[in-house]
Amino acid sequence: MKLCITSEGPSLESKVDPRFGRCRYFIIVDTDTMEFKALENLQAGASGGAGIQAGQFMSSNGVKAVLTGNVGPNAFQTLRAAGIDIFTGISGTVRDALKRYKEETLSKTQAPTTASKTGLQKT
Amino acid sequence: MIVSVASGKGGTGKTTVAVGLALSLNNVQFLDCDVEEPNAHLFLKPRITETSPAFISIPDIVEERCDYCGECQRVCAFNSIAVLKNPETGKGSVLVFDHLCHSCGACCILCPRGAILETKKQIGVIEKGIARDFPFVHGKLNIGEVMSTPLIRQVKKEIDPKKTVIIDAPPGTTCPVIETVKGSDFCILVTEPTPFGLNDLTLTVDVLKTLGIPSGIVLNRSDIGDDGVASFAREQDIPLLMNIPFDRDIASAYSMGVPMVDVKKDYVYLFRNLFARIGKAI
Repeated sequence: MKLCITSEGPSLESKVDPRFGRCRYFIIVDTDTMEFKALENLQAGASGGAGIQAGQFMSSNGVKAVLTGNVGPNAFQTLRAAGIDIFTGISGTVRDALKRYKEETLSKTQAPTTASKTGLQKT
Repeated sequence: MIVSVASGKGGTGKTTVAVGLALSLNNVQFLDCDVEEPNAHLFLKPRITETSPAFISIPDIVEERCDYCGECQRVCAFNSIAVLKNPETGKGSVLVFDHLCHSCGACCILCPRGAILETKKQIGVIEKGIARDFPFVHGKLNIGEVMSTPLIRQVKKEIDPKKTVIIDAPPGTTCPVIETVKGSDFCILVTEPTPFGLNDLTLTVDVLKTLGIPSGIVLNRSDIGDDGVASFAREQDIPLLMNIPFDRDIASAYSMGVPMVDVKKDYVYLFRNLFARIGKAI
């Protein structure tokens, strides 16, 4: 199964990026093989709709679950429509996040955790 | 002639000046383009004779024709469409985020399967009427709507070129302000002699220079604060058109919805003088 963790850098040792739509990298991990790829988020600087694009990007990459810090309302709606599970409040390294997911200690997020444009406040 | 009244900072006295000017001149038309929170009507108390709905166009997806190719999402410059397609089942869905849509129509025109129609969505109303002896128009954006520029554009369609058109602009320096002041012959910048007033004035002056609109400054509560605005005006060679010293009577009248020129009649002459200076400046 494909899992995506938002990341500040391109490796498993990078810190989890607390923003979803405006994160620096999407690290997409195949949980069966543990192979991963880091994709730069080209929409991180969009003036609006970054979360929607990120949500659609997850869908088109076949991602089934997203681990991040926060999701805004548009991203939440897009991910939910695509049937993708959302886990928020994640911090530490990407590797830690992956470990916690595998241990099944995380609970799914049922609502947006932040307002629109929050991700713009951190540069 | 079209004269807009703007300011970077809010609460500097745009409406006070716009209303004062309108009440001091002949053959005017008044437009309140601060559609997010219009307030000139509180002072001018127009008798509204015509109310019309204002619409924007947004995409309406005809799901039966859609094959989820994603072209609409690709061409949308405002990220307002998400096309989701399940690679296993081939089934999909299209999400439209109305509040991000700028009604450009690209998705509708470029959809290869003709699966997008344009549908109208009401965002507010335009109210027209008579304030004292001159025509008055304002727009009221529905609560929760974010696209104020289409409504501003529709208010401005009511401009009567045979009149001296006074436009009350929204605060700030973003799209709604640009939409409002575009096409003006002159822009009055109302500010106050404070660091905040100066900072936001500086930004607005940059906007007007880029748009090529001549401007002049009205300094409200001119006898408080510092001389930063005055020095800036000198450096930038922007005329300081009028000073309005702090006056409790004006503030008190304002709080009851009474225009300043009704309690301080001298200002009628000062506003006429201001207008004469604008005439010379353009």
